[in-house]
Amino acid sequence: MSDFKELAPVLDQYGRVPGSLITILQKAQDIYGYLSKETIEYIADATGIKPAKIYGVATFYAQFRQEPIGKYLIMMCKGTACHVNGADLIEEAVTEHLGIRDGETTEDGVFTLNNVACLGCCSLAPVMMVKSNEGEETYGNLTKDTVKSILDEIKGRSQEGIAV
Amino acid sequence: MKIIIGQGSCGIATGAKKTASEFERQIRDRNLDIQVGITGCVGTCYLEPIVDVYDDQNHLTRHVKVQPQDVEKILESHFSCALGTDSSHCITREDQEVIEKQKRVVLRNCGLIDPENISDYTALGGYQAIQKVLLEMTPQDVIEEMKVSGLRGRGGAGFPTWFKWNAALSNPGSEKYMVCNADEGDPGAFMDRSVLEGDPHSLIEGMIIGGYAIGANQGIIYCRAEYPLAIHRLEVAMAQAREKGYLGKNLFGSGFNFDLRIKAGAGAFVCGEETALIASLEGERGMPRLKPPFPAAKGYWQKPTNINNVETFANVPWIILNGGASFGAMGTEQSKGTKVFALAGKIKKGGLVEVPMGMTLREIIYDIGGGIKNDREFKAVQMGGPSGGCIPASLIDTPVDYENIGKIGAIVGSGGMIVMDETTCMVDMARYFLDFTRKESCGKCNYCRIGTKRMLEILERITQGKGEDGDIELLEELAEKIKDGSMCGLGQTAPNPVLTTIKYFRNEYEDHIYNHTCTAKSCKNLFQFVITEKCTGCTVCARNCPVNAIQGERKQLHVIDQDVCTKCGKCEEVCRFDAIIRK
Repeated sequence: MSDFKELAPVLDQYGRVPGSLITILQKAQDIYGYLSKETIEYIADATGIKPAKIYGVATFYAQFRQEPIGKYLIMMCKGTACHVNGADLIEEAVTEHLGIRDGETTEDGVFTLNNVACLGCCSLAPVMMVKSNEGEETYGNLTKDTVKSILDEIKGRSQEGIAV
Repeated sequence: MKIIIGQGSCGIATGAKKTASEFERQIRDRNLDIQVGITGCVGTCYLEPIVDVYDDQNHLTRHVKVQPQDVEKILESHFSCALGTDSSHCITREDQEVIEKQKRVVLRNCGLIDPENISDYTALGGYQAIQKVLLEMTPQDVIEEMKVSGLRGRGGAGFPTWFKWNAALSNPGSEKYMVCNADEGDPGAFMDRSVLEGDPHSLIEGMIIGGYAIGANQGIIYCRAEYPLAIHRLEVAMAQAREKGYLGKNLFGSGFNFDLRIKAGAGAFVCGEETALIASLEGERGMPRLKPPFPAAKGYWQKPTNINNVETFANVPWIILNGGASFGAMGTEQSKGTKVFALAGKIKKGGLVEVPMGMTLREIIYDIGGGIKNDREFKAVQMGGPSGGCIPASLIDTPVDYENIGKIGAIVGSGGMIVMDETTCMVDMARYFLDFTRKESCGKCNYCRIGTKRMLEILERITQGKGEDGDIELLEELAEKIKDGSMCGLGQTAPNPVLTTIKYFRNEYEDHIYNHTCTAKSCKNLFQFVITEKCTGCTVCARNCPVNAIQGERKQLHVIDQDVCTKCGKCEEVCRFDAIIRK
């Protein structure tokens, strides 16, 4: 079980600053990948904010997750331009290829699929962003075929990483 | 000589970073004396990656769609776009005109300057407006200039900026806040991202001017977390501005203090509403509250607060330097100045365009946007996102300003323009937007929380072919109740996409409900793929069908087994003879 020592500097900086709950949750999610019940309880103890209130905030915003995610987070854009240009078909292709739906993680822990509102790259629709420790990369003008090869390429890269 | 490579999010997504490192590598290998720099988005996203080459006389040659494998050829032609050279990557006259037909105020520096280098911004007149304001103008003078300009909030509501500033100024208090809404929630608008990534200093300067006008010493930029590059460039820009003394204490020796910080939003469309945004800044769930009191009286921590969006602020330095009157001279009587529109969807030349208000939809979509992709039929344009409406082809000569667009049931909103052709189903568009607002409703008002859910269920039924007589009327009744029974703009406008599609495309609703067909042939339950006489029996479709629904001998007409077909569309995609149609 984690002793949450990674959170100490965050809580030192923001723990007593009014209105910082969202910032603290964002940093906690950056560190642990998601907000577990334990993380929420720990933050509640440290800040004096009631766990129910933290849970309320954590479930209100789309950014916060209560489940762990894979190494690569696929943010599938569901903006209007992407919708008009067939984002649903791209999502279907991902589901077909990886066997996961919106919000789910592959069994090997490599990918999590999340639908997002808009990535703001509307003229390249349909678009997705893939986020990991290596940073984030945006892919545009997707087709059912290119999205599959992009995911294969990323998966290959992740396996090389393990080999090294 | 220097080359500048556009690296906004869209440029990077098309491979601009790889192109840039290839240039750097080859320039190093060849020992050339050429600098490689970056800039933001010039707006012509369909031409990315864009490479601007400036010779020693500062003469520009623009190369477009440059991938790493093109770099060698371009270097060997000495970047020439003269006649007779292989100029497949040179910008065409026609594409050049896309930019020339615009009037760029907000985007004046986007695509020209390096957003991570403050001296690029100051070289083009940056931070002169704030200097003028602090040394020569009173807060009232600034507000008067804004009034003359006629600038209205570019975030959606179109409320006069000077009026809000004046209200915040007249509320007493030593502690006030200037807030920038950079949460760009409308799915389909990206002008704010472009300004944040391409010209962050113009936002910062606009906020300092606004802060001085209302008497605020602190500014907060509420930026969406989905824009990591924008946040990064803002941080760089703020650090550079602080170093130069443009942010901090005693700016330009005037005694005025102003500093800024960024708060990353956590993803909630409703936070575009001012009181919800303030709740979010205070670390709460982003739920709106009743007004009054307005934020100008009681906002962030109950202090007078003014909120404008990115595009609004980016106009401000230009207005101060060029005068409110020259801004007001553009546009129409009541909608003055220019506006940035995000052209996307089924459009040939998608990207950002900035034009004077009052230009017609036809001019924007055809003269600048180049018309519809694949030369299909223009069907409608969606303006204003989830709060807006679908404008049919018959109204394409409507001038785009707050009044005229409002009159036909849509809104200018933040400037998203999603163009649709005959393959887009209007009932499905309404369903899409209701799905969005249903998810984004904060849940405070019953009508919004439950009503949008009920509307969505009806629309889902209709698109699945299970529509019933009376559904259209029920939708209209719900729409009216939701508008009346919701406290904030989200609920009050959520039914608009449904109401405008019923108003202009009622026949499509009726087709779905009574004839069990989808007019646009896009709702899966309401059309079939059929192989026509054009089939040559090449077997490609049968081999590609993932569920083996296609039967037929070689060189014989193939047939699709409708009971097996999942309507994935693979056969239509792979057929080289246009033999597969939707019926």
